[in-house]
Amino acid sequence: MENRAIFSGRLLACLLVFPQLAISLIFFYWPAAQAVWQSFLVQDAFGLSTEFVWFENYVNLLKTPEYYHAIGTTFLFSLLVVFFSLAIGLLLAVMANRNIAGVQIYRTFLIVPYAVAPAVASVLFIFMFQPGLGMIARALQRNGIDWNPVLNGTHAMILIVIVSVWNQISYNFLFFLAGLQSIPKSVIEAAAIDGARPARRFWTIVFPLLSPTTFFLIVINITYAFFSTLGIIDTATEGGPNGSTSTLVYKVFLDGKAGSDLGGSAAQSVILMIIVIALTAIQFRYVEKKVHY
Amino acid sequence: MVEHRRFGNLLPHLVLIAGVIVVAFPVYLAVIASTHDNSVIANGQMPLYPGQHALETYWHTIVSGTGRTTREPVGSMLLSSFIMAVGIAAGKIAISIISAYAIVFFSFPFRMTAFWAIFITLMLPVEVRIFPTYKITSDLHMLDSYSGLILPLIASATATLLFRQFFMTVPKELVEASKMDGAGPIRFFFDTLLPLSVTNIAALFVILFIYGWNQYLWPLLITTRDDMQTIVIGIKKIIDVKDALTEWSVAMATAVLAMLPPVAVVVLLQRLFVKGLIETEK
Repeated sequence: MENRAIFSGRLLACLLVFPQLAISLIFFYWPAAQAVWQSFLVQDAFGLSTEFVWFENYVNLLKTPEYYHAIGTTFLFSLLVVFFSLAIGLLLAVMANRNIAGVQIYRTFLIVPYAVAPAVASVLFIFMFQPGLGMIARALQRNGIDWNPVLNGTHAMILIVIVSVWNQISYNFLFFLAGLQSIPKSVIEAAAIDGARPARRFWTIVFPLLSPTTFFLIVINITYAFFSTLGIIDTATEGGPNGSTSTLVYKVFLDGKAGSDLGGSAAQSVILMIIVIALTAIQFRYVEKKVHY
Repeated sequence: MVEHRRFGNLLPHLVLIAGVIVVAFPVYLAVIASTHDNSVIANGQMPLYPGQHALETYWHTIVSGTGRTTREPVGSMLLSSFIMAVGIAAGKIAISIISAYAIVFFSFPFRMTAFWAIFITLMLPVEVRIFPTYKITSDLHMLDSYSGLILPLIASATATLLFRQFFMTVPKELVEASKMDGAGPIRFFFDTLLPLSVTNIAALFVILFIYGWNQYLWPLLITTRDDMQTIVIGIKKIIDVKDALTEWSVAMATAVLAMLPPVAVVVLLQRLFVKGLIETEK
């Protein structure tokens, strides 16, 4: 760490870091350790005795077809959400980066979804997609599509993807816009003088220069699709029908809430923790690299 | 941008207008629905212009509650959400700024250990360790209390990192000059550092307020008492009525009320918010 002009006074320093350390210890380290510990235990049906079983919970988990189903669901869901929210965010940012009239007004409108809670966003779309009364559901029905997310797994998946993408567009838009504005104009002008058309300029110069932003956003969006969408799924589909929209995080929530299988739920949490730590590590390695150049 | 094209600006306008329509339409529809009578909405014939029932709907929603369910009126949910959001924002900023201050400006044993111990909490969102965290909060008798709603969610390092980053850019000469004037660490903090950090604090406040307001999973588990429910949780109960028709006008009025504070904060403080967001994540 850089050399600062430093105060003496150890007691004061300790008092200053104490609140944050205490809260981290009680509400972060202790529960994380508990989750790991619990994932090695099996509790009998009445909760009277527990037994240490090593990796049995993990082995059982990897034997259940539902778990693989949840992995598949999470993968499909995250892929769709990340792809569409990034593509739309980028398209809008490129357009809003032009020097056109009223651009500030467009930008203001486009950041609104960021402020809307995922669960509330979900309710807005449930209303539009409610069979029989929702505007879009009725339009679909008029065109011969028997839209019903309560019964049809594909429809349910489409619904939560639309809500999640809508909710995340503004975030990606803001970061892409910031990225675009940091690209020096002279580079693009030079290419234009060389005769490169706008589309070519975009794919050969702008897009590669945006790659750090894109990579950063991919990691952030995966984390978003994994965790922050829990409110969306719980409000819109409750993981159904038939588990078709039950992602890994939602499954931890469901299994733990039912409360019958604490060890299994804890094992799932630990697997998730490992995934997040891996994602975070990738993110930091990359951030470090960027700081160097 | 560079060459002159006659229709060059038409495409961006069209794309951005389409984008704004996609983004704003669901919100617009919610506002419209909250002004119509339930029966108009229920038969699927809701027009796209406002109706006559706005005052009535909002009065029912906020103040009296609508006799059909046992839930609280939305007014008390708004209050809970507000207390939670402000509590999280203020709490997180308070503990973060003093710990960053200690880590940057003091020398004490285990300084780096403390830094890393805080830093690691960046890694795991509360969703992952949800049930053990719930258990501990319950063991501490914090269920159904604002401290239970707030404290576990302020344990994360983003704000600390941000303040640390900012404090490192404060010129050394400033600290030395302040010391020469006879200021101790406490006076330096209040007279020099805090005024310098006002913009950062404000930007963080915007982001954290929205973060707190929009929480779902944690308040869902922690609050079992109806009068402590936040509006983001409450709205699900309104649409989730078994064996009865959803009162869509009330549901949409609730959605509008749940969106209003965070959207207002973001739109009014756009500049601060954007600055803060981009600094937090990078």
